Amino acid sequence: MTVAPAGPIRMTYREAVRAALREALAADPRVFLMGEDVGRYGGTYAATKGLLEEFGPERVRDTPLSELTFTGAGIGAALGGMRPILEIMTVNFSLLALDQIVNNAATLRHMSGGQVSVPLVIRMATGAGRQVAAQHSHSLEAWYAHIPGIRVVAPAVLEDARGMLAAALRDPDPVLIFEHAALYGVEGELPAVPRQVDLDRAAVRRSGDDVSLIAYGGTVGKALAAAEQLAAGGISAEVVDLRTLRPLDDATIVGSVRKTHRAVVVDEGWRSGSLAAEVMARIMEQAFYELDAPVARVCTAEVPIPYPKHLEDAALPQPETIVAAARSLVKPRG
Amino acid sequence: MTPTPPRDEAIGLLRDMLRIRRLEEKSAELYSAGKIRGFLHLYIGQEAVATGAMRALTADDAIVATYREHGHALVRGITAGAIMAEMYGKASGCSRGRGGSMHLFDVSRRFYGGNAIVGGGLPLAVGLALADRMQGKARATACFFGDGATAEGVFQESLNLAALWRLPVLFACENNRYAMGTALDRAQAQTDLCLKATAQGVPAGRVDGMDVLAVLGATQDAVRAVRGGEGPRFLEYQTYRFRAHSMFDPELYRSKAEVEEWKKRDPIPAYVRCLESEGLLAAADLERLEREIAAELSEAVRFAEESPLEPVANLLVDVCTPRPA
Repeated sequence: MTVAPAGPIRMTYREAVRAALREALAADPRVFLMGEDVGRYGGTYAATKGLLEEFGPERVRDTPLSELTFTGAGIGAALGGMRPILEIMTVNFSLLALDQIVNNAATLRHMSGGQVSVPLVIRMATGAGRQVAAQHSHSLEAWYAHIPGIRVVAPAVLEDARGMLAAALRDPDPVLIFEHAALYGVEGELPAVPRQVDLDRAAVRRSGDDVSLIAYGGTVGKALAAAEQLAAGGISAEVVDLRTLRPLDDATIVGSVRKTHRAVVVDEGWRSGSLAAEVMARIMEQAFYELDAPVARVCTAEVPIPYPKHLEDAALPQPETIVAAARSLVKPRG
Repeated sequence: MTPTPPRDEAIGLLRDMLRIRRLEEKSAELYSAGKIRGFLHLYIGQEAVATGAMRALTADDAIVATYREHGHALVRGITAGAIMAEMYGKASGCSRGRGGSMHLFDVSRRFYGGNAIVGGGLPLAVGLALADRMQGKARATACFFGDGATAEGVFQESLNLAALWRLPVLFACENNRYAMGTALDRAQAQTDLCLKATAQGVPAGRVDGMDVLAVLGATQDAVRAVRGGEGPRFLEYQTYRFRAHSMFDPELYRSKAEVEEWKKRDPIPAYVRCLESEGLLAAADLERLEREIAAELSEAVRFAEESPLEPVANLLVDVCTPRPA
């Protein structure tokens, strides 16, 4: 007797993250969750809701407001044979843990001459768009992507929200997962049986011929919306989702640019010293003679994220500003 | 209670203190000769702490140390040759030459490194202890750090978390009275370090860190409680660093008289006198120890000198863990 395969399941990005956490806890007794309000409260963004009841307080650990120490304890537990998954509420708060992430998680393997690995996963929310002002809204992925010894990923779609965690747990080194806070409520369909995803390759989310829109995390959806508007105006835009911010997948980036000969990099980080700057530099290094126009970028205005909606909207990359940047590079087909 | 170890163990304690002292003297000499570079933080004066404390731990226990960790590493069983080669930056060093003096590692001995961020090792120790707890292993993690670390926020955070979760950590604070050049009472309003620990719910004790037997006894008691599931313990070892903070330190912050006063309490001659008075040590024994240690160190230096450098082709090795193809 065979069981008919279940059809796709409709769920939110938040539920995809939760499903991934539940599967990880069920699959490996070494996995445990640790962070502020991940247990009784259910997670600041409700990603861990119900897991304390299901897996108990040994494996779903509420911590004090001690980002530095619970992050260091996660590193120590990883050294000691566990597979901790930490939740840091926002990337802004992760700055309190920066010492442990940079000076220990990223360096211990090299500094010890390869004697240890630090199989640690840190999830954190990032990004703006919810009117929570300048201490809850920043996008500092580029800071972490600067550091050798850690892997940095940004799930932009439900499939990655569901699949990247398991892939991160298979990675023997520290992996930072940046979940854009505006994505948690996004709904979509996923297959009932999750597919394995990799943490190495960028993904082409929409194929096009005239311009590459290269985005990650919270800006992928905006780039897709921009591509839709551009299509209406006769411009065929390709949307590349970087997925992994360190190490960058040069092949997919350059492959897209070789096809379209134009690129707009979309980055919710600030322009100066941004990830966008790094992507642009790699295009210059590897595909300069393929370009029909200078590479453009759409970044966040260089201001601490303001509270009022109209100012916050004006600070961030938007489909309209992406469209304008793309149009400046390419004339619509006649 | 101060223990009275049998003669061979007592001689072993003296031998380990002397090994640290002579290794450090040799290191300083080689630093001046340009063989060792970077920062070199000498432990001279504090040998009784690493020696006595390490003796109270077993091979199963984990150690987290600081950038002033040559002594801890040596007494833990990392060979003088592997330590010396590491300071030479050689591939045969205990961290493959990647870390140098401040980052001695030997995971096979559960020695999780010299950590050169003050306080940076404390949460690692909490996590190692958490891993032991979650895996049902009844063993302890000893975390060494100085008085300076108690001014860091991570000190309060780490003691709190260890106490909250009753984790098997020994917080081993070597109070040598100076955070680099800043005296404790110039940096901290509360100079009673045990109070800082008890404020976080960690039982604390103070011990004469110049007396190796006192260190051994206090550490044995603390580790027994820690390993027995009673939660973390804090020990303040009152000690003194005879040499400069590092090789670049002109010591403007303390008087020579103060240093000389502390040298009267040098833990090595003090323990020699103790053993002599009990008839456990003769002059010939001491000479023999010195000869053996000199031979050990000259072999260590030879090993470091003759070891090859890591090929530059391996520059990027061990940044990430190799993946199966």
